[in-house]
Amino acid sequence: MKIKVIVTLKNGVLDPQGKAIQQTLNGMNFDNVNEIRQGKFFEINLNENDEGKAKSKVEDMCKKLLANLVIEDYKII
Amino acid sequence: MNSSVIIFPGSNCDRDMDVALKKFGFKNQMVWHDDQNIPKSDIIVLPGGFSYGDYLRCGSIASKSKIIKSVIEFANSGGLILGICNGFQILTETGLLPGILQQNKYLNFICKNVFVKVNDKNNKYFKNIKKDILELHIAHNEGNYFCSNEELKSLEDNNQIAVTYCNKMGLENDENNPNGAIKNIAGIFNKNKNVLGMMPHPERMVDAHLSGEDGSLFFENLLENLK
Repeated sequence: MKIKVIVTLKNGVLDPQGKAIQQTLNGMNFDNVNEIRQGKFFEINLNENDEGKAKSKVEDMCKKLLANLVIEDYKII
Repeated sequence: MNSSVIIFPGSNCDRDMDVALKKFGFKNQMVWHDDQNIPKSDIIVLPGGFSYGDYLRCGSIASKSKIIKSVIEFANSGGLILGICNGFQILTETGLLPGILQQNKYLNFICKNVFVKVNDKNNKYFKNIKKDILELHIAHNEGNYFCSNEELKSLEDNNQIAVTYCNKMGLENDENNPNGAIKNIAGIFNKNKNVLGMMPHPERMVDAHLSGEDGSLFFENLLENLK
């Protein structure tokens, strides 16, 4: 089973890369871009058929390694 | 005094640290990350570098390596652990130190000499050190220290802020903050002050002819405090 995870910086945490991308887009005449937040995307292939169990395992992975909860949030999709 | 330097794949300041420790009289051993036991040590050093190519987050993969269990046990039993640069990043990822090192505010890799103020001398690392302001070298892309307001208050209340970026007169402001670190933080202790993580490299300042000698002050003093 494939589970997807998105890790993003928490609101309020400075994202200098997102800011640089936003400024570049503005410079390319994409004037209506107000903010960009950059994140990470994971596709995890698990040897597990039960979706509930798979997601609960991935949640554990997020807490222990994939995200640093000091500055990041994760979303399992 | 015995010391151990842990080598991770991608560490690159391990041998500089070995040279520095031996120069000041430590009997140093190098320990591979895949080992489980650390030889009898008075201090363990996690060196600078780019462990695991900084994949995922700096220090995150190294913080799960086999040797780390012994490192955490050593810290919890009161043993001294010094993490420099990537070593500091690894210590935050293990949870031995609070907070995290984020990418530098202006997205640049910074490689230069800086001045740092020693904020607390009530510990084995800086007790009796002869100078309050040290000139040390930094070389990092992720040195922008960040933590929650609660953690920051706790760091301040317990005098855990070890060193802060400043100018040579000791002035701490934005102009003298190379990477955007919160409160100009360059290094912090854990609550018991046996674990120290800092971005500056004292091991790069141990030769008067090549660099400077404030790193020598640090190591000489550390050895004296451990006797």
